[in-house]
Amino acid sequence: MMKILKVDIRKKCGDFMLISKFETSSERFALLGASGSGKSMTLKCIAGIEKPDEGFIAIGDRVLFDSSAKINIPCRERKVGYLFQDYALFPHMTAFDNINLICRDPERTKALLRRFNIENCASLRPAKMSGGQCQRTALARMLASDPEVILLDEPFSALDNYMHTIIEREIMDILSGFDGPSVLVSHDRNEVYRMCGMIGVMDNGSVIDVQDKEGFFEHPATVVSARLTGCKNITALTDDGFASDWGIQLELPNGCHAKFAGYRAHFFELVGEDQKGKPNVFEVKVERVIEDTFSRVICFRQKGNKSESPDSLLTYITGKDTDACDVKFLKVDPSRLILLER
Amino acid sequence: MMDLSPLWTTFKISLAATVFVFVTGLLLAWGVTNLKRGRALIDAVLSLPLVLPPTVMGFLILISVGANSAVGKFLDAFGMKLVFTWQGAAVAAAVVSFPVMYRGIRGALEQVDPTVIQAGRTLGLSEFKILRKVIFPMAAPGILASVVLSFARCLGEFGATLMVAGNIPGKTQTMSVAVYTAMQGGDRELAYKWVAIIVAYSLIILVGLNCLPSLRRRR
Repeated sequence: MMKILKVDIRKKCGDFMLISKFETSSERFALLGASGSGKSMTLKCIAGIEKPDEGFIAIGDRVLFDSSAKINIPCRERKVGYLFQDYALFPHMTAFDNINLICRDPERTKALLRRFNIENCASLRPAKMSGGQCQRTALARMLASDPEVILLDEPFSALDNYMHTIIEREIMDILSGFDGPSVLVSHDRNEVYRMCGMIGVMDNGSVIDVQDKEGFFEHPATVVSARLTGCKNITALTDDGFASDWGIQLELPNGCHAKFAGYRAHFFELVGEDQKGKPNVFEVKVERVIEDTFSRVICFRQKGNKSESPDSLLTYITGKDTDACDVKFLKVDPSRLILLER
Repeated sequence: MMDLSPLWTTFKISLAATVFVFVTGLLLAWGVTNLKRGRALIDAVLSLPLVLPPTVMGFLILISVGANSAVGKFLDAFGMKLVFTWQGAAVAAAVVSFPVMYRGIRGALEQVDPTVIQAGRTLGLSEFKILRKVIFPMAAPGILASVVLSFARCLGEFGATLMVAGNIPGKTQTMSVAVYTAMQGGDRELAYKWVAIIVAYSLIILVGLNCLPSLRRRR
């Protein structure tokens, strides 16, 4: 039977108000948001490190926290595996002791060391291990506690690109062999897309948008989610379809009441001078050109646009073979606009 | 041959005081670290002997354990007394060195990374096990350094000891008091000898203290 993790909590910390509500079954769930949006705080409440002011947390039919019934299961009895950002290994113990302290079974510890390919650092302390080895030790130690839920708090933030890829795959293997719910906290949309099925967006303490990942990347519901999916160009819309940040007229579908629109940087179409002044067409004033590894990033604004907003500067991503001097007119395909209500 | 009794008296007093202060300092430091309210005030009271003049501490100790005090009368019923005894000197040394021990241990406990403690909890360890297996071992070098420093503070104690225990050769006369007595009596040679001994062991203690961290790294 699938266990469902249900979270519905509120917590006030100074001026910050955490309102976190979502549920997830064994499907991998991601909390995506900028730093300071309340993702880690949500995980800490689930693990019992922090206590919410009110609300409800349960795994299956096991209630971990219920403010109305005055239930608050202590951290050590929750069976929630928490992978800390900086691993939080016991610094005075070897990798073997770190794991063995939890499972108290040397045979099992040895099996875990083998499984994570860290037998060679069994007798090393964390200070002598590489980031990847520390991460694996922390994962092994977490599994040694037989958790029913796995929480991953930005697990790759301290790893280099190469190690990130390797550990990410290892974590996916672990999670696919794990029959409970798991929650990944991240600010990296690509990581989230690769690893998780469901995505919840957190902004300023609240979960504002929960969707499966395909829907989330195609139809983000809010400006914040659109930005988190990597949409670089966003504008406010007037009632008659004028993009007030961009400074051009858009042709929107009939009956569209969207307040904002987004457009991905690589969807622009290069057009000739005959399109000048038509709706959906920018008369480009190039502000700067940035060379990226495999692409050219052109930052531009509509000629004569007086708007001071940061969104008046648009981003166009194109191939290395496009010369910035040739970019005079760019067309928006209205069917590819991301229309947003808020 | 000089009378070495102040050396033994000093070490006896210091050892007794350090053992007592270690236990109370550890408990109180642990208590204060976990205190949610009133920390600033309690911490200030416990650190008071650090800044008060030794004479004031001696005076306060005399008032609280002297023959006319409740403690004094209680001890008298068992035929014991603290004033003008080495036990009294140990009490004085304990009170004066307490803040050194307490503050050192508190600092060592506070330096333990809280996320490591939280990790222990999420992994299902009991609070006692976390204390025994995680917090104490991680704080051990700091705790050991506090013990050494407060022992050294006991060895050098002068003012409060003199007021509580007096200056009885062979009984309560400590090394620092012996230096004072020798100088007062015009016996410079004896004073030099005591000064040399005190400087020597103080240096040894401090060098040993500096070797603590490298000892730990090599392990």
